[in-house]
Amino acid sequence: MTTTLPAYDEVVARYEPVIGLETHVELGTNTKMFCGCPTDFGGEPNTRVCPVCLGLPGSLPVANKAAIEATIRIGLALNCSIADWCRFARKNYFYPDMPKNYQISQYDEPLCVDGYLDVEVNGELVRIGVERVHLEEDTGKTLHVGGATGRIHGATESLVDYNRAGIPLVEIVTKPVPGTGALAPEVARAYVAELRDVIRSLGVSDVRMEEGSLRCDVNTSLNLPGEEWGTRTETKNVNSLRSVERAVRSEILRQASVLDGGGRITQETRHFQEDTGDTRPGRSKETATDYRYFPEPDLVPLAPDAAWVAELKAALPELPRLHRRRLQADWGLSDADMQSVLNAGAVELIEATVAAGATPAAARKWWLGELSRRANEAGIELADVGATPGQVAELQSLVDAGKLNDKLARTVLEGVVGGEGSPTEIMTNRGLEVVSDTGALTAAVDEAIAANPAIADKVRSGKVAAAGALVGAVMKTTRGQADAKTVRDLILERLGA
Amino acid sequence: MTDLTKLTAVEIAGLVAGGETSAVEVTQAHLDRIAAVDDRVHAFLHVDTEGALAAARAVDERRAAGEELGPLAGVPVAVKDVLTTKGVPTTVGSKILEGWRPPYDSTIVQRLRAAGTVMLGKTNMDEFAMGSSTEYSAYGPTRNPWDLDRIPGGSGGGSSAALAAYEAPLAIGSDTGGSIRQPGAVTGTVGAKPTYGGTSRYGLVAFSSSLDTPGPCARTVLDAALLHAAIGGHDPRDSTSIPAPVPDVVAAAKLGATGDLTGVRLGVVTEFSGEGAEPGVVAAFRESVDALAKLGAEIVEVSCPHFRYALPAYYLIAPSECSSNLARFDGVRFGLREGDDGNRSLEEVMSLTRDAGFGPEVKRRIMLGTYALSSGYYDAYYGQAQKVRTLITRDFTAAFERVDALISPTTPFVAFPIGARTSDPYQMYLADLFTIPTNLYGGPGISVPCGLSEGLPVGLQVMAPTMADDRMYRVAAALESAVGTFTPPAL
Repeated sequence: MTTTLPAYDEVVARYEPVIGLETHVELGTNTKMFCGCPTDFGGEPNTRVCPVCLGLPGSLPVANKAAIEATIRIGLALNCSIADWCRFARKNYFYPDMPKNYQISQYDEPLCVDGYLDVEVNGELVRIGVERVHLEEDTGKTLHVGGATGRIHGATESLVDYNRAGIPLVEIVTKPVPGTGALAPEVARAYVAELRDVIRSLGVSDVRMEEGSLRCDVNTSLNLPGEEWGTRTETKNVNSLRSVERAVRSEILRQASVLDGGGRITQETRHFQEDTGDTRPGRSKETATDYRYFPEPDLVPLAPDAAWVAELKAALPELPRLHRRRLQADWGLSDADMQSVLNAGAVELIEATVAAGATPAAARKWWLGELSRRANEAGIELADVGATPGQVAELQSLVDAGKLNDKLARTVLEGVVGGEGSPTEIMTNRGLEVVSDTGALTAAVDEAIAANPAIADKVRSGKVAAAGALVGAVMKTTRGQADAKTVRDLILERLGA
Repeated sequence: MTDLTKLTAVEIAGLVAGGETSAVEVTQAHLDRIAAVDDRVHAFLHVDTEGALAAARAVDERRAAGEELGPLAGVPVAVKDVLTTKGVPTTVGSKILEGWRPPYDSTIVQRLRAAGTVMLGKTNMDEFAMGSSTEYSAYGPTRNPWDLDRIPGGSGGGSSAALAAYEAPLAIGSDTGGSIRQPGAVTGTVGAKPTYGGTSRYGLVAFSSSLDTPGPCARTVLDAALLHAAIGGHDPRDSTSIPAPVPDVVAAAKLGATGDLTGVRLGVVTEFSGEGAEPGVVAAFRESVDALAKLGAEIVEVSCPHFRYALPAYYLIAPSECSSNLARFDGVRFGLREGDDGNRSLEEVMSLTRDAGFGPEVKRRIMLGTYALSSGYYDAYYGQAQKVRTLITRDFTAAFERVDALISPTTPFVAFPIGARTSDPYQMYLADLFTIPTNLYGGPGISVPCGLSEGLPVGLQVMAPTMADDRMYRVAAALESAVGTFTPPAL
């Protein structure tokens, strides 16, 4: 189909979008949801498995208490009610990466229901309703080998890795979010970002979208003002915050184009295309699989003790949104400056850098300057740029100690990002330290004076400003490794000015 | 010399402990018996000769080293092929698991090993424990030692036949709707279904998770109680396992054996004491009730009006759960794989595998269950059946306010001829008419031989409240003391 898409502003002036988000978060528990296998990322295929997570005949699940606790904490942080009694359910469908050919999940009796999350968009608070938070197990991973694209078509064989099968997975489903208008894409992004920050602040998951420990499906529909909500589509494969925003935007444009052409929206699953930024159809939900849910008979019902839940609630950390307000005050930033820190995804990085000893100003300078530039160039998240807060703080301490000047510091940072080691190591190994050996500097100064007698005379005659040219010459011979102020002082001293 | 295969488990353990015989001698005697008769009985799917002798030697060595031996040390036991045994084939009576050697032991088998019992091998069963005659085994039927042309009951016919044929003094079964008790009844042996959650299901290949209960089979009530005590109790790997100790079933069996039931109130289930059962079964049951009364028990009639809905409810719940439990048999990770010639899709290979690997009764139940759980039918079938289950539980609860235990015939008819009921599934399902309510309720039930009808054994069932397994052992042992045990004709 090669229809021309209408302009976004024009579309959202005519149609009202309704969005909804389903987010899956892999919990960072030590062991899997229903067995004792380790959950750490990586590992040779099928080495983190046992009869239970392989679904061998006779094996039985036993629920992981730490995962239940983490889910309850997420629910509490999202202002949900915690069920005093609920059950797991089996979701039945055949797929080889699911060892039992059913997934242990929750159906009509989730652990947490009816909450909300407030997010800030352009300085305004938007309240996103949370329908439910429930706990389930992750599936394994299928690799199609021999095909050109890694897809099942054309593949000569399929390999399954069950290391991830059974890792606890929390699903967070929002209520439909109407009324965001043109801001729908930004709201969607802000929600996922805020949710990610909330979950990270709880310490229950590393919530890394690129590694799949936070996965997001975006529901979108359009309706004319005053009319009923339209048919929604579900967009999967949305693997970054930027993609969340792009996916909603592109789906709004696509649906508007279909509706404008007199067509109707099919309820279906679509896949976001990272390269083109549009969505493509997946399997149709109108012929939806019947999952034949029923209560999981291998597990006893969950009945979280009210006192325990109250204890967990009392121990919740400060909400990221409030935490940010406090940081802004501590760092003395204007709203606009704080916004640019937020946009760069640098809050926690700066916070950690400050904690490692740097001043807020210095930390902000590095993360929003040199490092943001590099992340943008590489098209990656700032957190993945290759430098840690500890390294940045160390780098700044070298500058503060006069061992590096600004230019040298940037060169050292390049080495840090390139994985060469700590700033101190790189400085030493590459010989980048500011030349503070006065003997060597004096020689360079004398050389510069001898080579530029006319300028030297000017300085001697009192035209101190002319010393700049000599400083430049010295910096050139020392390949920038001298401290400019020291050089200048030396020149003036030698010339008696 | 004593025929070691004719002894009870208590007697064998005593001889081994006293050094009058060795565990190896006992084991060899049973292996010899199996070699002599099992081609006719076909109780075993797999005999683990080497494993058994090694386990027996270990017991003898422990005794020689002066170690304290448990009450069942050196006693051979046959294990229904529904329980996983590490490195030893486990087929569940199905082609779909032919040749599968599990990488782990079920909890029951671990506990059997820890108790010093000697596992002889794995016994035949209806495929996936679905059946009442062992005729649905993919490996051919087991025959009843009382009459080789008749069925030994099912699904655990192999375990009960092994006892009746003196191939083993103890056996393990699993009871989802009567699969321990009904084979016990028709082979003249004792079979007990413990309280659900009183014995671990870890390593029991699931048929219907909310009903499956592993339990003991023996030729005497005391032997069954000893085996029950050895395998029972909480297991952290089964979250439906009850975190409480097993009631003292051994003491209860010993108390019952004194033949005094003074102060015990027994309820005869009105709905199960006449209608629907063969006259010979009813007659033997009535005589036993009189015998129990003579031992001092107070007998009352108790109506359990919802028991008549137990069979239909069971045939919705059990197939529903089985349709999900059996989904994992797809040829991807273990067992049979059919049609994987490099040209077929995964879905085709899964379908061909399941078509070739499952027998007709298993397929019937998967289809029944898939239908019952389908969107739009769930409430009318599965949901309704769960309500019936609640009503049946209420019947039990109300009854146990009036009586200590309920009694009925175990099964409506004695062992029927092989082939007599395979053409009509419903006629087969009726074999479990009296045993199913207990499974739906979750309480314990035991079948104890109570007489003969036309030369074939009849069983009496004692049903007790959940976690009151000791009560049924007391009543069963008392009846056993009054009517004696029953010996089949020589093979």
